[in-house]
Amino acid sequence: MKLTGAQALIKSLEMQGVEVVFGLPGGAILPVYDPLLDSSIRHILVRHEQGAGHAAEGYAQATGKPGVAIVTSGPAATNIVTPLADAYMDSIPLVVITGQVATSTIGTDAFQEADTTGITMSITKHNWLITDANDIPRVVREAFHVATTGRPGPVLIDLPKNVSNSTMEWYWPRQVSLPGYKPTTKGHPKMIKEAAKMIASAEKPVFYVGGGVVRAKGAESLRRLVDLTQIPTVTTLMARGVLPDSHPMCLGMPGMHGNYAAVTSMQKADLLIVLGARFDDRVTGKVDAFAPNAKVIHIDIDPAELGKIRHAEVPIVGDVKSVMDDLFAELEPLQGHFRDISPWRKEIKSWQDTYPYSYDRAHEGPPLKPQMVIERIRDLNDEDTIVVSGVGQHQMWASQYWQFEKPNMWINSGGLGTMGFAVPAAIGAKVGRPDRTVWVIDGDGCFQMTAQELVTATTERIPIKVAILNNAYLGMVRQWQEMFYEERYSEVYLSPDLPDYVKWAEAMGCVGIRVVHPSEIDAAIEKANSITDRPVVIDFRTDTQEKVFPMVPAGKSNDEIVLGEDEL
Amino acid sequence: MNQEGNQVVPIGGAIRTPNEFRHHILSVLVENKTGVLARVAQLFSRRGYNIFSLAVAPTDDERFSRITVVVDVETAPLEQITKQLHKLVNVIKISEIDPDEAVEYELLLATVSADAATRAQVIELVNLFEGRIVDVGLTKLTVMVAASPSQLDDFEALIVEYGLVELQRTGRVALQKLGKPVVKRKQLKGRVS
Repeated sequence: MKLTGAQALIKSLEMQGVEVVFGLPGGAILPVYDPLLDSSIRHILVRHEQGAGHAAEGYAQATGKPGVAIVTSGPAATNIVTPLADAYMDSIPLVVITGQVATSTIGTDAFQEADTTGITMSITKHNWLITDANDIPRVVREAFHVATTGRPGPVLIDLPKNVSNSTMEWYWPRQVSLPGYKPTTKGHPKMIKEAAKMIASAEKPVFYVGGGVVRAKGAESLRRLVDLTQIPTVTTLMARGVLPDSHPMCLGMPGMHGNYAAVTSMQKADLLIVLGARFDDRVTGKVDAFAPNAKVIHIDIDPAELGKIRHAEVPIVGDVKSVMDDLFAELEPLQGHFRDISPWRKEIKSWQDTYPYSYDRAHEGPPLKPQMVIERIRDLNDEDTIVVSGVGQHQMWASQYWQFEKPNMWINSGGLGTMGFAVPAAIGAKVGRPDRTVWVIDGDGCFQMTAQELVTATTERIPIKVAILNNAYLGMVRQWQEMFYEERYSEVYLSPDLPDYVKWAEAMGCVGIRVVHPSEIDAAIEKANSITDRPVVIDFRTDTQEKVFPMVPAGKSNDEIVLGEDEL
Repeated sequence: MNQEGNQVVPIGGAIRTPNEFRHHILSVLVENKTGVLARVAQLFSRRGYNIFSLAVAPTDDERFSRITVVVDVETAPLEQITKQLHKLVNVIKISEIDPDEAVEYELLLATVSADAATRAQVIELVNLFEGRIVDVGLTKLTVMVAASPSQLDDFEALIVEYGLVELQRTGRVALQKLGKPVVKRKQLKGRVS
């Protein structure tokens, strides 16, 4: 069967089981958009290529399947650089296909030419420039394999226009042959045995659980392990929900804005069992002072993470789910012979009781307390609600105050910290999980960066709900200027009224609601929940003065955690 | 023997000889595909690792190339460098070569001032290092020496005295030394008188 390169690409995507792609056509990718008309694949036309990338990320995070985006060459490719970098940091499986100018004109500064593979080399797991249509099925197969196996991540296929126009004899490769790519998935038995011994005899152990457990679909295995050992567990920003917040051993989020018990339990621990986490600086604070007395068991699929920041006494390379299962098998026979850690649990419990997250609940308002808005959205929705956030204060409050009970319910930009992530990512999440309610908790600064994708949402009937915590500022920057720059506010004011978020939402085909007084909060949320045929945007007017606490100031030790305003 | 004016000295501050405590040789087998060197080079740059020297060429199997890279491990632990390199899909195998356990060679080309008075001395020096004269001008010679990097350092130091016009070294290539049979000597028992 003779196919054009473009037809071969679409057919290859179908063979990979792709159901949805996010994209925006243009010159160099035009041939690919023609066979797309005849395909079963749903295409969602975004308004900006960055939106296509983040939507694909949201789709991937909500479904656990790879997200796919198709855009054209040059500016389209550079517009999708941010989502690629974002997905690389947060290990999100993404396959991005970019058009490229004809191979004969590559290197001549042709119209809409950019060195896409060169630009994206360091922010993809791998990328391919296809120069022969016969390579298309093989490369697509390889691309999905690389994106989804080992440590997941983004890949990019650059497809010149003449290649998609030329013909090839169709085939589908039976297997992938990549001699340089063989991720280790099975943990070393001797190391696992050693780890089990250390866990059973530790006095103050803590499970430090990261996003790797979510990617490995390891929530069940983690739960079994925690239930067996009864070891207190912190879930990082990327791992929220992988152990239910209601679980008695779950301490919640550690790090710069983590709660006191989570932060301090790590500081005082004598053993950290690190599961798919990478000692991010936002978790460790000053590395030299992080968990000074702890031995480390570090389990990760990426060997380069072991020993990168912190030496591990027991490093284990492997799929974290598989290793957790093996660890469980080692630990189960030791049940009853574990060291009694009830004093440790009691100590942590006292921290939890003494230093919970807190804000001024008695405050009557207006303005609204942002934490209260999040709590009300939480309480008026069920635990199957997907929450998507941008980056900044609202993100931290969402992570702190939402009750996460399941994995893949919390979607945010962790590593790269990409403002404007939320709206397009939520669109992707809702497309992937149409059965779930998707709420965006966004900031006014973030919202303005990618709000145009609400047009996409309205057009494609993707009814997401957006709560803007509108404090009229780039809030996190404002917080740092208040705390560390003697209240010298430099370029952080945004205005609460400009743009008019309600009118803007309506102009984009959404329902727009403004909430100024606390008494209006519930009615607005309930109204939003009742609307299922279009997106809803609520402009919550929140307190400018409110800051995220606790906080470990940048570069400081986690022992120097600041609990609230009065400690400054 | 210094000839004022015509002399080119090596760039100031450049480290000529790798410090054995700071530098390691990595022999990296990669797929022989477009852009692989760029991937390796960009990884070094992206992660802030320093390359001291680099040599690339296809192996006997044309599907693969070998990159011999001398890395400065003061910028990052060697383990991190090799682990990150391994993450590149096109990297097949990485061997760390201990300089004591390696056969190392490097090629040097140099154009040297050599007039009637000094030409014979230059030729003699080149011969001592088992090099060759590869091009001859009226007042200059271009010479080639292939030797171990430290021998080349010696040669370079000596040839500079005649007035160096231009010099280019390739960076080292290295292979692991082969295993040797253990030499068995008769053990004489008893007292040695």
